[in-house]
Amino acid sequence: MPGYRVYEHDVLVVGAGGAGLRAAIAAAEEGARTAVVCKTLLGKAHTVMAEGGIAAALGTVDREDNWKVHFRDTMRGGKLMNDWRMAMIHAQEAPDRVLELEEWGAVFDRTPDGRILQRPFGGHRYARLAHVGDRTGLEMIRTLQQKAISLGIDVFMETAVVRILRDGQRVAGALAYRRDTGELLVFRAKAVVLATGGVGKCYKVTSNSWEYTGDGQALALWAGAELMDMEFVQFHPTGMVWPPSVRGILVTEGVRGEGGILLNNKGERFMFKYIPDYYRAETAETVEEADRWRYDKRNNRRPPELLPRDVVARAINAEIKAGRGSPHGGVYLDIASRRTPQEIKLLLPSMYEQFHKLADVDITKEPMEVGPTMHYMMGGVRVDPETAATCVPGLYAAGEVACGLHGANRLGGNSLSDLLVFGRRAGLYAARYANSLPQTPSFSGDEVEAVANELLEPLYRAEGENPFAIQQELQETMQDLVGIVRTGEELRQALHKIGELKERAKRVYAPGDLLYNPGWHMAISLGSLLAVAEAITISAIERKESRGAHTRDDYPKEDPEQASFNLVVAGDAEGQLRLRKEPRPPMPEELRRIIEEA
Amino acid sequence: MALRTFRIFRGTSQGGEFKEYQVEVEEGNVVLDVVLNIQARYAPDLAVRWNCKAGKCGSCSAEINGIPRLMCMTRVSLFPEDQPITVAPLKTFSLIKDLVTDVSFNYELARRIPPLRLGPPGPDGTYRMTMEDIERVREFRQCIECFLCQNVCHVIRDHPENKAFFFGPRWFVRLAELEMHPLDTDDRRPFIREEAGIGYCNITKCCTEVCPAEIRITDNAIIPLKERVADLYYDPLRWLWSRLLGRRQAAPAPKPREERRAAS
Repeated sequence: MPGYRVYEHDVLVVGAGGAGLRAAIAAAEEGARTAVVCKTLLGKAHTVMAEGGIAAALGTVDREDNWKVHFRDTMRGGKLMNDWRMAMIHAQEAPDRVLELEEWGAVFDRTPDGRILQRPFGGHRYARLAHVGDRTGLEMIRTLQQKAISLGIDVFMETAVVRILRDGQRVAGALAYRRDTGELLVFRAKAVVLATGGVGKCYKVTSNSWEYTGDGQALALWAGAELMDMEFVQFHPTGMVWPPSVRGILVTEGVRGEGGILLNNKGERFMFKYIPDYYRAETAETVEEADRWRYDKRNNRRPPELLPRDVVARAINAEIKAGRGSPHGGVYLDIASRRTPQEIKLLLPSMYEQFHKLADVDITKEPMEVGPTMHYMMGGVRVDPETAATCVPGLYAAGEVACGLHGANRLGGNSLSDLLVFGRRAGLYAARYANSLPQTPSFSGDEVEAVANELLEPLYRAEGENPFAIQQELQETMQDLVGIVRTGEELRQALHKIGELKERAKRVYAPGDLLYNPGWHMAISLGSLLAVAEAITISAIERKESRGAHTRDDYPKEDPEQASFNLVVAGDAEGQLRLRKEPRPPMPEELRRIIEEA
Repeated sequence: MALRTFRIFRGTSQGGEFKEYQVEVEEGNVVLDVVLNIQARYAPDLAVRWNCKAGKCGSCSAEINGIPRLMCMTRVSLFPEDQPITVAPLKTFSLIKDLVTDVSFNYELARRIPPLRLGPPGPDGTYRMTMEDIERVREFRQCIECFLCQNVCHVIRDHPENKAFFFGPRWFVRLAELEMHPLDTDDRRPFIREEAGIGYCNITKCCTEVCPAEIRITDNAIIPLKERVADLYYDPLRWLWSRLLGRRQAAPAPKPREERRAAS
């Protein structure tokens, strides 16, 4: 058994993206001794990749905007599977969270009268996204990172948490290892906030970075908390498709927000064929009306390219399957004919750069080739809407790792605001909980020893399975069998395959030593990747309808019966997952009226 | 698909050497694709940092054929087909393993920089800024913290001992961003001179050349900061004015070098 170093804090935040940093700031401001643990260097978390903007009803561009409309758009986008209380809190608090970023140094694009400029986005009725060109995530993470270090928060970089430690039911801290040295660390803490992001790396074509291995979802399960809505996986309609090595890299919805249109190989603006009844009243019917909208929003309806992501992703998928795709298996996204080269470079600088450098495409002159890419996990750790607390005392979750706000489909721009609103709440309530405990609960040395030995096994084997090969097989399975369009038969095949991979993962082998050893790190990550893949698949089997991002070929319609429950996944002591239907809380009548208003 | 030769540095602070790998390269591959491919197939313990794979996070800095670049934005097709491609870790930072170096020095410096000091809001309680006000600051805020500029800055690359009193280009960009931020009210000029050691920079512009975010570091950040410092400390009119008023020193007295070394 190797030795380990022990640290003690009041609040431990796992993850240093937008939600983690915002939580840490809130906890520190509440007087808690706070530490942040992150798998990479500070400021590199996936939030940095966010492009389009932060959704908040500031009303700087469209004065009619307010929290009620934002709430309505979010609920409709999520096919009413959202937790209404979270959607309400989110819409009400997002403007304050954005203005606060500005006071911490963020520099958003401006309106002519000097306020924060907002851009239109899919599913949002008004121009609502505060942004910085197409690199809003970088601005946000840098601002939060700089604020956090100015408060003196401890940061443990390149450190991965592998287990939540408990004293009985309560949180007592976490066990982690340093990626650079392999050294084991025990963080004693009264409260832990999970802010580890998503699960993208169990899919082959994804916009997510290597970090997105479902760590937080798995940590929560293993600590006795629950997951919910895991069948709702968002495929972003526009990822790069060529060259092969960049397949999946995100192309911001901001391209469409700034006027970009989608075309098939016949030059047809195909989105007009795919307008769902639910959105017909607010979507343009003709190309002429859609084009007029940019200049006159009052008398025209929104172009169908700005429908929610699930609708656009399915439409693109259908065009490609019908043989109307581009040469490399995507469709065309054209901004070149819609905006001047100067405008494109100003509004979408990193898209220009990305296509120019990686694909030899000049987006000011020619269309981009794009196709769906796994982008976001709507499901995640089940939390209390007010406090972000899980059912485990002292364990909190916020951001992509948590669930509830987005329902069956997330609107673009609602993720960054989610991170801020619920990141702050998680940090605040974690700190209050921690401050209420007289002392830090004790952890079990035996448990630490058992987990540590398990972690080291792949290094001690003389031979075995290649961890990267297992991950790759999992990615292919999920991509092919648990993708945009699903069937019961394929889902069951996937579940069987995941079971096999779980067995093989027990014999995984990592040559080398403790020093910065990616093969060993991957071997450890397989546990969480496989756990979340299984949770997604069993939930997808159980939801026998098509709703939002969950599309079943064998159940192509929405079933009102199934709107009455969420699917909840919990684990038992042996690591077996159990699924149950949880009745949805009733929504107050005044909120229902807001949603139904035209 | 074509077979290419990659020479990748393998080793630790204890020593190491370049190892050769023959690998299939697909059309459009960047250097990072190839390195990750080698890791997945032949060398699972090959250490490399990366995240976004799209030039946005600044994790995968390395020296490719001797030139500091991001591996994710460097196409393999950039190099002649008949020659090997050499990938080495950044030289200025101490090596952890293979392509991963210890960049913690940068994060320690970040903590020492005086943060934004916000002025009062406008009459309506909000902060107003125009696009013109923020133009300069926006350039600096594009920094992805890849630390390539720190890596090539010869003040610390050739003289590691200077790290004790010289912050380097990344942090001058950060300081310029704060100094030129429309809402900031602090004056960091004494800090920039005394703590950050801007005087050591002799504007060779190596940092600007390697910046993947195309920030004009020397022209737009460092030189304006040098000018502001010079205004405070070396303006002859200010000096004369203070003499006339009977004060000996126009600006805060600089601490002697020895004292600064001891402090850092």
